[in-house]
Amino acid sequence: MKEINLKELDNFSSQVRRDIVRMVHAQNSGHPGGSLGCVEFFTSIFKVVMNHNNNFSMDGKNEDLFFLSNGHISPVLYSVLARTGYFPINELNTFRKIDSRLQGHPTTHEGLPGIRVASGSLGQGLSVALGAATTKKLNNDKSLIYTLHGDGELQEGQIWEAAMYASAKKIDNLISTIDYNGRQIDGDVDDVLSLGNIEEKWIAFGWKTLKCDGNNLKDVITTLQKAKSLTGKGQPIMIIMKTEMGFGVDFMMGSHKWHGVAPNNEQLEVALNQLEETLGDY
Amino acid sequence: MKFEILGNKDTRSGFGDGLTQLGKTNPNVVALCADLTGSLKMNDFKDNFPERFFQIGIAEANMMGIAAGMTIGGKIPFTGTFANFSTSRVYDQVRQSIAYSNKNVKLCASHAGLTLGEDGATHQVLEDIGMMKMLPGMTVINPCDYNQTKAATIAIADHVGPVYLRFGRPKVPIFIPENTPFEIGKALLLQEGTDVSIFATGHLVWEAVEAAQALAKEGLSVELINIHTIKPLDNENILKSVAKTKCVVTAEEHQIAGGMGESIAQLLAKNNPAPIEFVAVNDKFGESGKPADLMKKYGLHSSDIIKATRRVLNRK
Repeated sequence: MKEINLKELDNFSSQVRRDIVRMVHAQNSGHPGGSLGCVEFFTSIFKVVMNHNNNFSMDGKNEDLFFLSNGHISPVLYSVLARTGYFPINELNTFRKIDSRLQGHPTTHEGLPGIRVASGSLGQGLSVALGAATTKKLNNDKSLIYTLHGDGELQEGQIWEAAMYASAKKIDNLISTIDYNGRQIDGDVDDVLSLGNIEEKWIAFGWKTLKCDGNNLKDVITTLQKAKSLTGKGQPIMIIMKTEMGFGVDFMMGSHKWHGVAPNNEQLEVALNQLEETLGDY
Repeated sequence: MKFEILGNKDTRSGFGDGLTQLGKTNPNVVALCADLTGSLKMNDFKDNFPERFFQIGIAEANMMGIAAGMTIGGKIPFTGTFANFSTSRVYDQVRQSIAYSNKNVKLCASHAGLTLGEDGATHQVLEDIGMMKMLPGMTVINPCDYNQTKAATIAIADHVGPVYLRFGRPKVPIFIPENTPFEIGKALLLQEGTDVSIFATGHLVWEAVEAAQALAKEGLSVELINIHTIKPLDNENILKSVAKTKCVVTAEEHQIAGGMGESIAQLLAKNNPAPIEFVAVNDKFGESGKPADLMKKYGLHSSDIIKATRRVLNRK
């Protein structure tokens, strides 16, 4: 396990948040809300929890693999991939622009290191992760598969096909996480289509569940490490991670309105004033 | 030219036997099935290579995603279900997780078209070639008999990239010799001729053979070409044939819209416009019935190819 320096990780997270708001502002397009809410998660898995190789290969043998199923929060993924050495940080400049490897939703098509499948059309990432986890087993590769899903994404039926399969077939080298921010494009998840008792649903589908505060870095790391200790026991693992959409930028928090809207010049200024530049802007 | 009938078998058995052979020769080949193991003739692979066979259950969307993920780490997944559930049911999964992500998945689809028979139109997909050929990077193959299906199954394992392999349920004559090489994207010339080019795919190839034999008795010289690969199309050999014959009949167990004939028409419109007639289903859903009766009712019989040939010769 890598040494944990919480101050250093907080600094990293602050810079990632600056990248997110600057990226979506620059193109007046993208999804800042969910991206900001998941910064601690991405910092934790890419800086602490996963054993991964930024010298990217599609096959990713003998390393942990991460799949982002809710592809619209690409800004946080791109920032963290760039700042952990997958591709040049300056390339964040090209987000959502023509001829870029940083497509609106993550893709393999342009060959961006760190991306192993396209996501964006929701509900598909868990199935892909099950396939990758199965191949790990066939290859006698003891590394793990990590996934992230939106809570609204759980309204897609394919998620539940995959949920059923994972426990029935004892896919126990998989740690999934739900970004449980309670918001989706049209409003609160409870109003659009309530998920009911989300934890009971996963338990009923045969998963081991854990819960954490997704905006508390220490709690996220502790929970992911606990999850790791539960792998290899015949059960898939689901972390229900409570987050605040827009976390870190006060006017973006507590509403679904910043799901897919970019800040204007004044709003960017306000946001950046709340986020310390720690590692240098791109 | 005479065609020797070497036997009578379903093309799906060609897939099943090809898959078993791959199991022996290629350790990276894995097979996935959505509760249709017997229908897809995958039992032999399952029994011989149980650790490489994955029963997914009735969850085709999940199967396509799992197949995409299994390529990560070097496996070559062959998915097996009916053609309808390999395409229209899972189009977005195939599009995003497989085609756009350029995953090395082989979508193996049985019971395509009207010859599925009694189950009726819910299962008789006639739009699958169109859906699959529209996806950038997707290879689309529709072999014509047991031997060709087996050869195609073996050939696609060596092709890197997504493939749609379409075959069917009924027993049909085997007439392609066993040792005929299967070259993806290369049309197979079955008979040389000068009056008309007949391009046929899948089950309609044997119908076209019978039509060509009947037309020969009338003194007509038919060039008969088997288009087993609809994408990439063998532009060169199609254009070469039409330059000689100057008229075309296409034959397939599919809608006219989106089918092989449409691809050929597009090629000719651009390079060498020529009269063309389409033997295919004309904007209709199928229905329950005996396969042979359905093929007649929907205009996919050898007699329909003969009529289409007469029509196109009149337009020459």
